[in-house]
Amino acid sequence: MTMTSIPVTLSPTGRAWMFGDDVNTDVLAPGAYMKFGIAEIAKHCLESVAPDFARMAQPGDVVFAGRNFGAGSSREQAAEVLRHLGIACVVAVSFSGIYYRNGFNLGLPLLVCPQATSVAAGAQVACDLDGARIHDFGSGRTLQCEPVPAHLVALVRDGGLVPHLQKRLDAARRDAGSKATPLAFSGNAP
Amino acid sequence: MSAPQTLAQKLVARAAGRTQVMPGDIVTCQVDLAMMHDSGGPRRVQPLLAQLGAQVWNPDKVVVVTDHYVPAYDDSSRAIVQIARDWVRQAGVTRFHDGEGICHVIVPQKGYLRPGMFAVGGDSHSPTGGAFGAYMFGVGATEMLGVLVTGEIWLKVPHTIRMVWNGRLTSGVSAKDMMLFLCRSFGMDGGQYQAIEYAGSAVQALPMQERMTLSNMTAELGAQAGLVAPDQVTADWLAAAGVSDVDLASWHTDAGAPLLAEHNFDAGALQPQVAEPDSPANGRDVADLGHVALNLAYIGACTGAKLEDLRMAAQVLRGRQVARGVRLLVAPASAQDQARAEQEGVLGALVDAGAELLPNSCGACAGYGAHVFGDDVVAISTTARNFKGRMGSAASQVYLASPWTVAASAVAGRVADPREFLA
Repeated sequence: MTMTSIPVTLSPTGRAWMFGDDVNTDVLAPGAYMKFGIAEIAKHCLESVAPDFARMAQPGDVVFAGRNFGAGSSREQAAEVLRHLGIACVVAVSFSGIYYRNGFNLGLPLLVCPQATSVAAGAQVACDLDGARIHDFGSGRTLQCEPVPAHLVALVRDGGLVPHLQKRLDAARRDAGSKATPLAFSGNAP
Repeated sequence: MSAPQTLAQKLVARAAGRTQVMPGDIVTCQVDLAMMHDSGGPRRVQPLLAQLGAQVWNPDKVVVVTDHYVPAYDDSSRAIVQIARDWVRQAGVTRFHDGEGICHVIVPQKGYLRPGMFAVGGDSHSPTGGAFGAYMFGVGATEMLGVLVTGEIWLKVPHTIRMVWNGRLTSGVSAKDMMLFLCRSFGMDGGQYQAIEYAGSAVQALPMQERMTLSNMTAELGAQAGLVAPDQVTADWLAAAGVSDVDLASWHTDAGAPLLAEHNFDAGALQPQVAEPDSPANGRDVADLGHVALNLAYIGACTGAKLEDLRMAAQVLRGRQVARGVRLLVAPASAQDQARAEQEGVLGALVDAGAELLPNSCGACAGYGAHVFGDDVVAISTTARNFKGRMGSAASQVYLASPWTVAASAVAGRVADPREFLA
């Protein structure tokens, strides 16, 4: 892991929204709206715990939460809604495993940070995925997060799994006839 | 002589084409079985496959089950189910089960799973397959798309947490109580997205569908997979499902294999558990909640309406009546389980007690369908999750318990200890 030496020269991308432990997929993407498209589900995102969130969230805002964010169902709309609302990143003490995979697959960056709940609601913040850190302009602190595995950084940089697959398929099609290119995601695996 | 390995390591190593893997390694695994349902399956992956111009890597390794939006109840749900029907034909998927029951129960029932397999499911309760000594876990629809295109998936090799249940469960105490107790003890992230292995004499004594309940609720413990080493019980059950060539010898944890933790429990001391709203981790001993009055009892879902679950409920309900002011809803987990329950007189006992039968689908457990809960509902349910608003109104209250306890509570009109009815 190379240390990034880039200082925090970022400008804040948005405000901090604060949530507790076990924010589950049923409150992120309520079952009653699952038959609709993402725009409709997004209107009801988190409404049972934060009625203003879907209406007030702005592109660039960051969601902070406690343990086990995204617990529950595998419904990836629970990650897709936050990207749809323009949330730049979710920072949590921990994530449920399926949600963690879904976030990167849907192009939503996730950072694991033991101090995720120490930011003040509404504070101006910026995320640095490469450096795995968050800058809190309210307190002037930089929160160090756990490094993100390289293949997931690559995935989210591509915009998620669909554009990533598109890239691989295009490459495979270009190579077709010369030498078959296996369509694995293991580019970064040992 | 290679180093001792856990069951999870062996299953992942085989799928990754390696002789050995170590916890924490990131590997690429070949998928033996990819299971999807109507909600997270074709309606989500079909447009993406079209966008990519990609084909399914191997239609014979794909299973599609409609269980969330069946029976369809409006135009949107009809359209969703129709997409599934059209897509399987177009993609060449022949393992398609339409309205026959819930995917996690259908997959083993049809003989699609066997020990040693590596499988993914487009649903969080996919760890259910671990009861058969297969590595099975849940993924979202986009990740499923990746599997459908490539036949592969990346995995961080899990550590193993062993939950050893010694002794024997007593009458009126079930696998559901074991899982509510584990959720209560370790929390919904206690599994740390690693593999849990259920072991010990009390687990070995469980019939297959009770083992499925353990693996199923591994999702509520936050582990990736919930494994039970296969044994003669597994082989016999699979033989009845038409699977004959079952390897029992390879798929177990070696003595001295590296474990993240091993926890020991006395099954004989376990009390019936009831989880208060709004989390499966809010478990209490049943005796602490006898004051809670109820107006609905729900027996449903892959977690709590398999044949074994219906048998438990019938043991309590036979010759009794549901209390006035309480509705008892029963949604058997599959058509096959319902038919067997009918042959055994189990279904009759439920209906005679006042149960209303619902279709063989996920229904209110997933917050779908015509029977979601209204504002005034105070329910006790055999399902896996009681998150706020999951089963309907955010004002409804849902308690979770075993089929025995739900049936006893339906009769009492309040949370009740089933052992008072089984004596």
